[in-house]
Amino acid sequence: MGATVRIGVTVNGERRESEVEARTLLVYWLRDELGLTGTHVGCDTTNCGACTVHLNGEAVKSCTVLAAQADGAEVTTIEGLAPEGGLHPLQDAFWEKHGLQCGFCTPGMIMAAADLLQRNPSPSDEEIRHGLEGNLCRCTGYHNIVEAVKAAAGKEVSA
Amino acid sequence: MITAPFDYEAPETLDAAVRMLHENGEDAKLLAGGHSLLPLMKLRLAAPTLLVDMRLVPGLHHIQRENGSWRIGALTRHADVQDTPELGLPAVVASRIADQQVRNRGTIGGSLAHGDPASDLPGVLLAMEGDVSAQGPGGLRSIAAADLFEDYLTTSLAHDEVITEVRLPATDAWGHGFEKFTRRAEDWAMVGVCALVKRAADGSCEDVRVALTNMGSTPLRATATEEALRGGALDDDSIAAAAEQAAEGTNPPSDLNATPDYKRHLARVLTRRALIAAAQP
Amino acid sequence: MTSVGQSLKRKEDPRMITGRGQYTEDIQLPGMLHAVLIRSTHAHATITSIDTSGAKEHAGVVAVYTGEELAGDFAGPIPMVWAPPGVEINTPEHWPLKRGEVKHVGDPVAVVVATSRGAAFDAAEAVLVRYDAKPAVIDPEKALEDGSPLVWDSFGTNKTHEWAVAGGDFDAALAEAEVTVEARYVNHRVSGAPIEPRCSVAEARADKFTLWSTTQVPHIARFVLGGMLGIPEDKLRVVAPDVGGGFGAKLQVYAEEALVLALAKRLGRPVKWTETRSEHMTTSHHGRDQINHITLTAKRDGTVTGCRARVVADLGAYQQLLTPFIPELGFPVMGGCYAIPSIDLHFTGVFTNKMPTDAIRGAGRPEATYWIELTMDKLARELGMDPLEVRRKNFIRKDQFPFETALGIVYDSGDYHASLDRLLEHFDLDEFRSEQASLREQGIYRGVGFSTWVEVCGLAPSRAVGPQGVGLQAAFYESANVRVTPTGSAIVYSGVSPHGQGIDTSFAQIAGDILGIDPQNVEILHGDTDQGAWGWDTYGSRSLSVGGEALARAARKVQEKAKRICAALLEAAPEDIELEDGKYHVKGYPEKSMTMAEISGAAHIPPNELPADIEPGLEESSFYDPENFVFPFGAHACVVDIDAETGKVTVVRYVAVDDCGPAINPMLVDGQVHGGITHAIGQALYEQIHYDDAGQLVTSTFVDYALPTAAEIPKFETDRTETPSPTNSLGVKGIGEAGTIAATPAVASAVMDALQPLGVEWLDMPFTPLRVYEAIQAAQGGAS
Repeated sequence: MGATVRIGVTVNGERRESEVEARTLLVYWLRDELGLTGTHVGCDTTNCGACTVHLNGEAVKSCTVLAAQADGAEVTTIEGLAPEGGLHPLQDAFWEKHGLQCGFCTPGMIMAAADLLQRNPSPSDEEIRHGLEGNLCRCTGYHNIVEAVKAAAGKEVSA
Repeated sequence: MITAPFDYEAPETLDAAVRMLHENGEDAKLLAGGHSLLPLMKLRLAAPTLLVDMRLVPGLHHIQRENGSWRIGALTRHADVQDTPELGLPAVVASRIADQQVRNRGTIGGSLAHGDPASDLPGVLLAMEGDVSAQGPGGLRSIAAADLFEDYLTTSLAHDEVITEVRLPATDAWGHGFEKFTRRAEDWAMVGVCALVKRAADGSCEDVRVALTNMGSTPLRATATEEALRGGALDDDSIAAAAEQAAEGTNPPSDLNATPDYKRHLARVLTRRALIAAAQP
Repeated sequence: MTSVGQSLKRKEDPRMITGRGQYTEDIQLPGMLHAVLIRSTHAHATITSIDTSGAKEHAGVVAVYTGEELAGDFAGPIPMVWAPPGVEINTPEHWPLKRGEVKHVGDPVAVVVATSRGAAFDAAEAVLVRYDAKPAVIDPEKALEDGSPLVWDSFGTNKTHEWAVAGGDFDAALAEAEVTVEARYVNHRVSGAPIEPRCSVAEARADKFTLWSTTQVPHIARFVLGGMLGIPEDKLRVVAPDVGGGFGAKLQVYAEEALVLALAKRLGRPVKWTETRSEHMTTSHHGRDQINHITLTAKRDGTVTGCRARVVADLGAYQQLLTPFIPELGFPVMGGCYAIPSIDLHFTGVFTNKMPTDAIRGAGRPEATYWIELTMDKLARELGMDPLEVRRKNFIRKDQFPFETALGIVYDSGDYHASLDRLLEHFDLDEFRSEQASLREQGIYRGVGFSTWVEVCGLAPSRAVGPQGVGLQAAFYESANVRVTPTGSAIVYSGVSPHGQGIDTSFAQIAGDILGIDPQNVEILHGDTDQGAWGWDTYGSRSLSVGGEALARAARKVQEKAKRICAALLEAAPEDIELEDGKYHVKGYPEKSMTMAEISGAAHIPPNELPADIEPGLEESSFYDPENFVFPFGAHACVVDIDAETGKVTVVRYVAVDDCGPAINPMLVDGQVHGGITHAIGQALYEQIHYDDAGQLVTSTFVDYALPTAAEIPKFETDRTETPSPTNSLGVKGIGEAGTIAATPAVASAVMDALQPLGVEWLDMPFTPLRVYEAIQAAQGGAS
């Protein structure tokens, strides 16, 4: 057991405070402490992007951020992307376009896509493919993910 | 994976950060975006006993133009560099680092201090002949690009020195080209080339700089190519001839994806392509 | 309106897109402990000592065990289930933790259990294992040479087994051949690499055990693990929650699953183990890894007369569940979609000091398709014929189905000419060739490759693949239970265990149509051995054609009973009741009707009008074992561009026409095709499990094992023909592996086509920039 750190983070709009081991990665704090298990871990090397969440409004890989580094910040996870009971346009588009199969990469993929549309509200296919290069999917072949992001582009105003 | 345990401090001043590094010796490491250090720690290839997190230290996030130079705070993220197109080459290179999530966290100071010959920004610093400011217990000093990178993952920074700012002479009068050869978009460069070309009024090459990524234990300048081109014509044939010398003096390591010969070949091809782009009037 | 044939949005998705799925790693239990394994750093070594004393002193550590210390916890070793009649397969004892010797990098030797995963990792670093290294066997061909070091001294050879099958007279074909084409192909080792790593959680409550695991095979796992641990099947529940992709890598019963059960039993507390990505690359079974020597004989007019394959399969160090069988699994389609009168196949399995191979998406059929398709290309070149013309000439014709091959396999249905014709409607070959020529003038090397593929799937039938068939010690029927609730919704338990295929949706469509219930009100349950009957799980593209048919049969029994109830209440004969638009009505009297809710209400709270011979309740089961396999097929075209200066290959276009019979949900079919092709492009261009000469794994992370990202993959153009299978009542065939089986030869053929003007004759996968560059250099006769 290493040193501990006291942190306070606004997660999905709610202030959460904890005493965490300094080495606690943000992803494990979200999953194990807060029970927000929609954010997944798929690799050890910052490649797969399954752990993507928003930190102060931008996509980051939460397996490569210490929980302590998020102290004072705002974090949005897949569970908080849309108001309870509703769907973000990207969530809706992934459903509509069959942008997921096993669903494991999906939360990270959607969070990365949300950042992409924030940076570029009407991306080309090429820009979508490059914009999602930090997220691996083994099921879909990406085709329907690209279709979903295109379908959601332009509907962002409602988000 | 989970890192080995460590102590953690988040000082609020630069002086405090330097003091912590100084007092805790080699096993204390500076943490900026963490995208070079944390992956190594998760694989337990690095196990510092203290992390000094810079996140609360003010005054290190900026991109400013001043007297013909860009001053970029060490904690400026790749995403911020990417989103400042007037920087020219650095913005282009930053936009090709790993993926957007990484660019949203990784910092210019952290990347340079890590000294990885396969990472992208050291080549920019070399090509632009910039320098870094480093704060240590003895005060602030400036380290020229050519003096910063000493060996694989080794820089001339002392363990208790912190990069505070990167200074890049503006290259408004230069054209630039960047080639990064990867298997996949998000990969490290197998070989990368940054090229800057300053065209004279008569269309000849007034000056040229070429920096190579992942062609040795440090980022390198392709000096033979530069010398061959400087003062000469900028047509495709002259560029091609000069680029043939791009790998001279390099000793690239072999890896799964590339033999040393192949990397030298790539260096020549990519140098030609980067130079042709940089030489566009 | 029927829902079968409609692209219904998936019932699985609402939980998954909102982060409310439940994967194994999400499970936390009170008092749960965490296990971390200590693994061999040597490819081959004797364990001389293991010192766990330092690890035991670490904070949070509950226990540290070596293989010796847990030896008594296992009633039996990890089994292998193939016993082909008359063939001896060398099968070493394979225990969850190794004693004495380690046989590959990653072989587990000890386990740490601690109160947190971090503490377990910390303590694992303090376990000191000393090894005495032995020579490692890496190259499977060298392993077969006299004097090679041995992986297992006890067998006196590195050969695991030989297996052969033949039909027709190949020797005569060879003697009479006007043309003979020979080729050697290396189909390299790959990883399944689902994005969800493996994870297992075991719990013991008195004598009842529960295992939650990232498995494709919960039913098989219960059977196997019960035996390994001496737990009666009624006392062991295995649950596969949401599973984050399998691709064959989770068609296994792994050491870690047995270990967490043994640890939970010993320690009386729940135990979780989660794979790191490096562990996945090192110790989740690999796939492919074959060397194929192919001989094709033909007449000058292009008629193929014989096919011979000599296969050397690198099986790694142990026999896992199906390890030695996987190379042979594709044997029924090793003549491809061609009417070849003589086929002669011979397989040699080889031990090496590597992780065992086993099923990875396609499992044996991608290798077979690769060699037959690329050898057809070679034959065409040899004859100076168009490769598509050679194919057409040898296609089994539509009027020949059901077609019995030289091996006695009966292809159920097909129309290969129509499939290729449809492909060429989307892909104008003449236009391509002129574009190709003009691009070459600009220094861009563009190539096209075709794959006209057929595969065998829908495992089942038990009589063909079971103990008295090819010898798997298992059967492959499928089960389904359909029950209608008193308010008229339906709950189905199926014996298949999906992990991304969309079964919750497609099965609800099938059941909903048959029952007259909106598919939204049909809940499909699976992957929990305490919830339903024995099933044979999900692999080999079997879920729909076997499990879906079992479901349809069970649902029809329910429909039949519903009609009897309806008939009794409407005072009509059961045979006069028709189901239309969700209503059961008397033939000719649409107003005399009942909904399923009304019928089921009567079934559960029977009115007096119901005759005594109709039992209460509305629930039926079916067990279905097909008479034959199913044989999906199709035609694919791949276009690549090669940067001849750097050797980089880019897929620029991909067109796929597939036929899996009638599509239950076309959107899901397309999704399976997209993913399958991408998996194959991954193998052809990017992915390789690579061991160095010392047996160290070089590609142990996603940095080095290069799964393609969206930026490397093209958009896909897909179309379908629909040729029903006569094997099942739905007419369906599998589609989960089709893309992977079809696409590697298409990519390879495109690469060869592009490289042809540069003088490159042949190149093995993966077509990395380095390999392509070096091949071009060699062909141009110069060193770089």
